[in-house]
Amino acid sequence: MTQPEEPELVRILAADGSLAPNPAAEPYLDLVNGLADSDLEMLYRDMVVIRAIDRQATNLQRQGQLALWPPSLGQEAAQVGSARAARPQDHLFPSYREHVVTRIRGVDPIGIIKLMRGLSHGGWDPTDPANGNTHIYTLVLGAQTLHATGYGMGLVFDGRCGTGDLDRDEAVIVYYGDGASSQGDVHEAMVFAASYRTPEVFFLQNNHWAISVPVATQSRTPLVRRGEGYGMPSIRIDGNDVLASYAVTRRALDEARSGEGPRAIEAMTYRVGAHTTSDDPTKYRTSEEEQSWAQRDPIVRMRAFLENRGAPFTLFDEVDAEAAAAADDLRVRTNELGGLERDSMFAHVYSDPHPLMDEQRRWLADYEASFEGGTR
Amino acid sequence: MTTVSTSTDQKPAATAAPASGPMPLGRALNAGMRQALATNDRVLLMGEDIGRLGGVFRVTEGLQAEFGERRVLDTPLAESGIVGTAIGLAMAGFRPVCEIQFDGFVFPAFDQITSQLAKMTNRLEGAVPMPVVIRIPYGGHIGAIEHHQESPEAYFTHTPGLRVVSPATAGDAYWMIQEAIASNDPVIFLEPKSAYWQKGEVDTTAPALPLHASRVVRRGTDVTLVGHGAMVGTLLQAAALAESEGTSCEVVDLRSLSPVDYGPILDSVRRTGRMVYAQEAPGFTSLGSEIAATVTERAFFSLEAPVLRVSAFDTPFPPAKLEGTYLPDADRILEAVDRALAY
Repeated sequence: MTQPEEPELVRILAADGSLAPNPAAEPYLDLVNGLADSDLEMLYRDMVVIRAIDRQATNLQRQGQLALWPPSLGQEAAQVGSARAARPQDHLFPSYREHVVTRIRGVDPIGIIKLMRGLSHGGWDPTDPANGNTHIYTLVLGAQTLHATGYGMGLVFDGRCGTGDLDRDEAVIVYYGDGASSQGDVHEAMVFAASYRTPEVFFLQNNHWAISVPVATQSRTPLVRRGEGYGMPSIRIDGNDVLASYAVTRRALDEARSGEGPRAIEAMTYRVGAHTTSDDPTKYRTSEEEQSWAQRDPIVRMRAFLENRGAPFTLFDEVDAEAAAAADDLRVRTNELGGLERDSMFAHVYSDPHPLMDEQRRWLADYEASFEGGTR
Repeated sequence: MTTVSTSTDQKPAATAAPASGPMPLGRALNAGMRQALATNDRVLLMGEDIGRLGGVFRVTEGLQAEFGERRVLDTPLAESGIVGTAIGLAMAGFRPVCEIQFDGFVFPAFDQITSQLAKMTNRLEGAVPMPVVIRIPYGGHIGAIEHHQESPEAYFTHTPGLRVVSPATAGDAYWMIQEAIASNDPVIFLEPKSAYWQKGEVDTTAPALPLHASRVVRRGTDVTLVGHGAMVGTLLQAAALAESEGTSCEVVDLRSLSPVDYGPILDSVRRTGRMVYAQEAPGFTSLGSEIAATVTERAFFSLEAPVLRVSAFDTPFPPAKLEGTYLPDADRILEAVDRALAY
């Protein structure tokens, strides 16, 4: 049997930063042309600042300050473009590597630090308007795709989408990866989404590696074709091209919010770093492969594009300084984090009063008090 | 587009409670869900075949016709999908009531129930409640094929963040389903499917007890018998037989499997000095084991005999022709009563 033909991906910026939209990108160029210089600079700024934060967090883990850190290094364009494409009223359901997405929506990265430091299982309150409708991380792969789909069903049932008002109609975007694409929950989420025509975008970051297992083990067909199997319009993009990520996601979310049903996007990118700080990629992939992706770096590409457009050179120094300051700030605040009250573990197991929680909280307090000096 | 908010226009004019009187347990559940749907337009029912068909046991019969397809959803055939989307709906402010068609089909949803639903509010540090009810017809005595007769309660009582309840009577069914829907926490609602057709008195004016109370359903002086769901009927049958042999048994209907209301159980054991726990589930690391241990810890000096458990055997549920041997019946309970009295 012959291998199926690779689907064409949408690319607007070539790897050298030249504006060279391929034919698949033609329908999206109006969205890119609508971006002001300040918008383009913002996309660059987002990528640089959050890469610095991600590097800082990786270092903090190496210094023993965090239990774990899953680096977003290399995936900045896919995440910045899609998160900036979301409108303020949209709802974002990340997996656990979406540090870029969460910060763009207003989540303080210290929340992720708390999660990775053993201080929280969440880290922020999605109902706080400051957090831009960003749901917390989900560690069981693919489980969040069903939560996002259920949320989208709620939007349909409540008439919060499909009115034709792009500034009010709400949509959902859910992030997952090539590894998670094998999970049954992703299948069930797509079945439900298609059935209830949820206003939803399934945003798959294909970073080519599920820890040590290559994407070929997850699928023998391009993952973007899976979406088509559920009846969803599905588009593959160059995930290291922030303009492609922005434009295609913007269009998909607006179509979804307008009542046209769910969409799928496969962003082809690369996990430049380790899966997490506990991983050692030298055991399973070649330096040649890593080098070939390093040449497609999303930040280098966008910087070249901005330079070609004549952006002032001071911009890049200014962004670098902002990134360094954000990284320093994160280190300082991480070191200032305190501990947890011992009985906080009982606080939110249930929303309504629960006798066993009361009993065990009392027991712990009495036990602690039984030690000399009142504490252990 | 039809939406929930507009579907409230179709709300039946009469939301008054149905008349009190005798009705089968399954009909009482139907009436209770109808009340919940009529009084709170955030309540949704979702599950396989629950709409046009009314569920394979007809427990939701007529509800989709009355409340519409946006309130009573015939979902795709996918249990993890049902529970996982219910979590998202709860995040969007709904109060979903999921039906799992049979006990043995709940396991495809196990991650969504135990790692997602049960922990979501805790993970969110209280920011979002999870008012999701998962109805599961459970238990044997219906002669069905594999996966259709199981008692999986211990998986859920072992999971912090869940509440687990099981009505034994029509009156409790009517009220407990409404109380479960009103709970801001996830509730696993185990329905004794062999008792769906058993009639009982339903007082629709007010619930007799809170959701998590256990209840003495027969007074006695010699041995305390404890169980839940369909087993309560078997315990009452055993108590009647024991009385004819001169032994007085007290029977406690557990009603709530998590949390357990130990008050009435301990009061009873302190009077009788003996306790037998009966369950349809296999005994090893079962709910009965937990309750036996706790009663032993708290009523040790009142006990005249060890707390005894009568359980199904620690085998898979056998082919239905053997269910009469596998499941505890009144004779197996009386055998344990005799052993307790012999100490």
